[in-house]
Amino acid sequence: MTMDTTHEHAEPVSYRTITTVWAALLALTTVLVTISHFSHFWAVVAMLTLTPLKAGLVLYYFMHLKYEGPLIKGMVSIALTTLVIFIGMMFLDIAFR
Amino acid sequence: MSVHRDDLGARIGMWLFLFTEMMLFGGLFLLYSAYRSMHPVEFHAAGEELNVALGVFNTLVLLTSSYTLALSLTAVEKGQAPLAKRLIAATILLGALFLVVKGFEWSAEFRHGIYPNSPGLLQRAPGVVLFYGLYFTMTGLHGLHIIAGMGLMSVALLKLAKGEVKKGHSIFLENVGLYWHLVDVIWIFLLPLFYLAA
Repeated sequence: MTMDTTHEHAEPVSYRTITTVWAALLALTTVLVTISHFSHFWAVVAMLTLTPLKAGLVLYYFMHLKYEGPLIKGMVSIALTTLVIFIGMMFLDIAFR
Repeated sequence: MSVHRDDLGARIGMWLFLFTEMMLFGGLFLLYSAYRSMHPVEFHAAGEELNVALGVFNTLVLLTSSYTLALSLTAVEKGQAPLAKRLIAATILLGALFLVVKGFEWSAEFRHGIYPNSPGLLQRAPGVVLFYGLYFTMTGLHGLHIIAGMGLMSVALLKLAKGEVKKGHSIFLENVGLYWHLVDVIWIFLLPLFYLAA
């Protein structure tokens, strides 16, 4: 076996990248809270767009998905797709009751 | 003698565990969505009673704790162990701050007679009872994860002090980071569902 499974990410994520992501997360939270006060419609829009975006930033940069190979990326997308299918099926069930 | 090491395997194992966590909280989010669609007015009214300022403050605390923990891994990989120790310690303190704020929040709710199965709560509409049932279950379960994370970070700090976690040998800290960041992601979803629901 020549596969090197001890191999770490070639370069550690830079302090600069981590700081930029953190600043973006704080900014998105501020926008989310501000928009939520506009109206019910905008609160829902902000929740459905900004919340997954924030979660995505954490997954992609802090949890290193950006730097992972196809195996872990594929595993995570299968798990998330499963969850989305569950959510979709539940809403269909509620809608057609 | 060479010691068997499989960092990729360790990361895969951690991710598999995190999938079970996603399904655990995912199920609760499904429950929330189903009940909310059945009781939209009550969920809206009950959400107005929560302290938005404290919820938002705790979000900023948790996002910052993810920031300091992510920085600590880079510090280890750059061979800056003393800096990494301070960053992990800061993360533990931010976790504690989160719990203290949560404690104030819950105790204020208890004083208002709002806690699971409280006589005052049971007199209210079924949707309100469901909202608070989910609120205490989900934030409580999340709080337990924060406590577990603080324990894991204390172990990481110890391993760092003993030299077991160091440049090129940081998988333990990396996996603790994966866990802590997922706990952060779960809170990112809890904020709009409970605090910004009104």
